[in-house]
Amino acid sequence: MLKRITILFVSVALSFLWGTTTFAEGSFVLKRIKERGTINMGHRESSVPFAYIGSDGKPIGYSIDLCMKVIDAVKKEIGVSNLRINYVPVTSQTRIALMANGTIDIECGSTTNNLTRQKQVDYLPVTFITGTKIASKKGSGITEIEDLDGKTIGLSLGTTNEKAVKREAARLGIKIRTIMVKDHPQGWLALESGRADAYASDHVLLYGLISKSKNPSQFQVTGRFLSYDPYGIMVPRNDSTYRRIGIVTIADLMRSGEAKQIYDKWFNPGPTKINMPISDTLRVAFQIQALPH
Amino acid sequence: MQYNWDWGVIFREPYQEWIISGIGWTISVSIAAWILAFSLGSIIGILRTTNNRISRRIATVYVEIFRNIPLIVQMFLWYFVFPELLPNDAGMWVKREMPMPEFTTAAVCLGLYTASRVAEQVRSGIQSIGQGQNNAGLATGLTTVQVYRYILLPVGYRIMIPPLTSEFLTIFKNSSVALTIGVLEITAQARQIEEYTFQGFEAFTTATVLYILVTSIVMILMRVVEGRVSIPGMISLGAK
Repeated sequence: MLKRITILFVSVALSFLWGTTTFAEGSFVLKRIKERGTINMGHRESSVPFAYIGSDGKPIGYSIDLCMKVIDAVKKEIGVSNLRINYVPVTSQTRIALMANGTIDIECGSTTNNLTRQKQVDYLPVTFITGTKIASKKGSGITEIEDLDGKTIGLSLGTTNEKAVKREAARLGIKIRTIMVKDHPQGWLALESGRADAYASDHVLLYGLISKSKNPSQFQVTGRFLSYDPYGIMVPRNDSTYRRIGIVTIADLMRSGEAKQIYDKWFNPGPTKINMPISDTLRVAFQIQALPH
Repeated sequence: MQYNWDWGVIFREPYQEWIISGIGWTISVSIAAWILAFSLGSIIGILRTTNNRISRRIATVYVEIFRNIPLIVQMFLWYFVFPELLPNDAGMWVKREMPMPEFTTAAVCLGLYTASRVAEQVRSGIQSIGQGQNNAGLATGLTTVQVYRYILLPVGYRIMIPPLTSEFLTIFKNSSVALTIGVLEITAQARQIEEYTFQGFEAFTTATVLYILVTSIVMILMRVVEGRVSIPGMISLGAK
């Protein structure tokens, strides 16, 4: 009897020991990454310059570079020497479902971090700050949202921009006709073909669209910010151990100045000539989020 | 699965309103498109069975064009390319002045596409009757128009009810393609809710249930129609 109890105690004690020596105290994401020997990275395919397909067919961009740093840290944490990266293309419609059902372990793109979405997923620190602005043709006399009274604006279905424009229009009591489009290229087509007088989106994406248009000098981005859209890398919810690895990595990058270097690589002027030097807001955001060890 | 279920989201404002308005648009687009598809499809289908070679050729070309181009491509062409082919003023009118441009374009596009499918059902319905009835009608002194009016069409349409029911159901499901040109029908609203709240599973499940509900009602209605109009002793009697 005594022997049995001893065995029981020893095994319980051992199991506790075992529990602490395994890397992740209940981190289901790290566990599944280790089991697969693969990390599944969700990425957007046309969010220039955050995550898009490069000439060699692999995803590249600002968010991808940051994600790679996080993945390196994950690799070190679980002690696997060759962790394979499996690239999973996602769209704004599939990213949540794929993260919720465990297909992707990290999402790298241009996803706005907001409190409603945090009911479903978690985010790493804010790595980019943008907001809604309006693009229109030069000479159209449109600078602010007030100038759109009685005119038509294109909005991308289900974006935070759509929400912002409608809220502002309601607040100002002006009547704007809206055209819903399914993605940015179609929104741009609506503006170019004269179906819409303006197109609203995150200002960084508008600059991207203009730089890729047939006649960039014809268009302008104007007005005040109509919304505040902080971007962050998305990770599965309810796994603080895994999320912390990401937070530490990003904070280190921000503290060491490496985050700024990666930013400049993609935005100043960047491979797509987007030419957006770091804003004061983002510079301060980097400083604040560079938490000490 | 790491998913935070919240079924309450579909009953919350403004999402509940979106779902209601979404199903409203789905039904409006589908009914408007069906009226066009049924009338035009009937004409084209009948033309395909006539003896006149030219009208038969025209009808065949119509059917082949409209049923061989993917619906989503047709939607895009009607919305973005068609206005550019018109004279400048007319193009601008389509883009700017036309009432409810997205809805109208979607209904017309879906209607024209489905018309090609309806036409094939109408043609096969008429041809299934057989040459004998046609000849008998002509022998009793009826004109071709009268043969169609009193013999071929009344019998043909009764035979066609089951396949036409499928077409009618398909139009409801195909109406979801209208979201690509900005009609906020139920699938678009489900996407919208998913983007706003990240509760996509609830939104899409709701949309699925609503589609099934609408199509079930259509199915029951068509059954009733089929039973009401059946001719005793003929095929397609509602199989009682």
